[in-house]
Amino acid sequence: MTEILDILLNANFWAAALRIATPLIFGVLGALICERAGVLNLGIEGIFTAGAMAGWMAAWLGAGLWGGVMVAALAGALFGLIHAILTVPLGLSQHVSGIGVTLFATSLSYYTYRTALPDVSSPPRIEAFPPLDIPVLSDLPFLGPALFQQTALTFLALALVLAVGFVLYRTPLGLAIRAVGDNPAAVEAQGLSVMALRIGAVVAGSALMALGGAFLTMSAFDAFFFGMVNGRGWICIALVVFASWRPGKALLGALLFGAFDAFQVRLQTEVGAFVPGQIFLMLPYLLSIAALVVVARKVDYPRALLKPYFKGQR
Amino acid sequence: MIRFEPRERISARRRIGAPVLAALAALALASLPIAAAGAPVLEAYALMARGALGSVFALSELLARATPLIFTGLAAAIAFRAKLWNIGGEGQLYAGALAAVAVGTGALTLPPALLIPAVMLAGALAGAALMLVPALLKVRLGADEVVTTLLLNFVVILFVQMMLEGPMQDPMGMGWPQSEPIVDEAMLPKLLERMRVHAGLIVALVAALVVHIVLTRTVWGFETRAVGENPEAARHAGIPVTATVLRVACLSGALAGLAGVGEVAGLKGYLTADLSPGFGYAGIVVAMLAGLSPLGVVVAALFIAGVFVGADSMSRAIGVSNYLADLVVATSLICVLISGLFVRFRVRLVRPGSAKGGGA
Repeated sequence: MTEILDILLNANFWAAALRIATPLIFGVLGALICERAGVLNLGIEGIFTAGAMAGWMAAWLGAGLWGGVMVAALAGALFGLIHAILTVPLGLSQHVSGIGVTLFATSLSYYTYRTALPDVSSPPRIEAFPPLDIPVLSDLPFLGPALFQQTALTFLALALVLAVGFVLYRTPLGLAIRAVGDNPAAVEAQGLSVMALRIGAVVAGSALMALGGAFLTMSAFDAFFFGMVNGRGWICIALVVFASWRPGKALLGALLFGAFDAFQVRLQTEVGAFVPGQIFLMLPYLLSIAALVVVARKVDYPRALLKPYFKGQR
Repeated sequence: MIRFEPRERISARRRIGAPVLAALAALALASLPIAAAGAPVLEAYALMARGALGSVFALSELLARATPLIFTGLAAAIAFRAKLWNIGGEGQLYAGALAAVAVGTGALTLPPALLIPAVMLAGALAGAALMLVPALLKVRLGADEVVTTLLLNFVVILFVQMMLEGPMQDPMGMGWPQSEPIVDEAMLPKLLERMRVHAGLIVALVAALVVHIVLTRTVWGFETRAVGENPEAARHAGIPVTATVLRVACLSGALAGLAGVGEVAGLKGYLTADLSPGFGYAGIVVAMLAGLSPLGVVVAALFIAGVFVGADSMSRAIGVSNYLADLVVATSLICVLISGLFVRFRVRLVRPGSAKGGGA
């Protein structure tokens, strides 16, 4: 028991939890925007990879860190556009198109990386985002190291939670996006374009997802390597359901997940001799499945999710 | 504006031609990344074709690579037919391989005529059991099977790693995380001397034929298609929707499990955690290329296997990354999705404002 308390009272633990949660916050927000507009985006795992690769490579080629972030968002938007075109005007299966985008974005990223760096055994590193030194807050006891010595991208993710929440619930655009995922015929009756809203939402959401990938290469690790996304995208898809499609709950879910993940790593060093490490690694996935099962019963999901809509359809 | 008008009748030529064109389009698109890598495009394709078809060895490699793809392709095709989105082929493959190793490394001592079927049965049952979990979660609790099958892939691969570093580790393996070798009596016989193509191919082809017959000639096949096309209508017609979904889940998981059996008991001889380079995911592409037709799966699997084997040998020859193969596979999936539209719909360009227009 004291080991568990020691972990929870350690500022490094909370700092790690927030760090692990950051890419998930970007990913869940992105997936949430897509799904709010009625489009499931299973391209997320590939878009993460593309964002990680594109951001890293742009920075490595000298575009600067924020330049890399822009490039990553652009890459995400482009793959999102592919998914949007396939699923919105063409009305193809969102499941299959999403898997296609994941396979395409992943293989194109790996191919590009390998083509640019044919025989490098250890990946070249970039100067990643440094932890910010915020004048007063960073020096607070406990809270300083736990919360305020993160990199700029973590604060961007937190700001985006507020921004996405504000746009979705306090602006006419947000109302239209939510309506288009719920009752597209009503949106069309208002004289708005279902197609434009959905494509816009998927493109914007995918750009956010790519930032999650960019965080991995430009903030968490300072290099790109194969398999680095490692299922984080799929976890985001599960977290959206857990969050009942709400930005605030998405943040909560990502933080819980980050805390859990940071906790298992530390607990593993305590009891690792008795329990195989894989058990701990499995838990996040099993937990996600359990969360899906528990939440699936009572949430009101966007009612037009997965349903293609064609003009004039009632 | 683009308008889609559904075709009343879809000709067989169009149905078969579309995926062929899509596959060719994917290969043509792949010339862009080949050129971007600075390699001669035509020579690259010639090397690819030779690497996939140019010798008995190449053909054997192609058939060996196609075998798991036929299984995972069938697994995806039958599930998708019933609108059961099984994205968990990869995990089911590993479950099948794990069961095959559990039975085939000395737990049972039987003559090959009994031991080989026992190993296959174990693998099929393990795959089916694994797919039954998300299927039950779907029909009983409404949990989305896309996410659950996907997440289970990670769980299963971690479980395999755990077994290979723990109870199932080969004591003679010098500490490598790998299983004990499968006994000779349990190994699927080779079809050609000193080549890798093995009897799993025959089983895969028979499976494709059986699934085809089941889908087209039996009541259950009719029920499966009816549930996939319109579950509400199927329920009204008195079709046991839940039971049908569960049966499809078991069959789909069993087929993916057999892919794992073939890889360990036909090719490798022992299990490692990197047994599959994504056969489960490639199976989805195979199934889509095949238009979810079981016999089409065989053709599509041969094509995808050819891309993998050919791209491997090409990349060795002229130094283009072999991720090109994955790129072609992914592009094929997207091309075949789009080509499917032209099969089902007549595409018209319509000038905005004019109700009926020939367009541009």
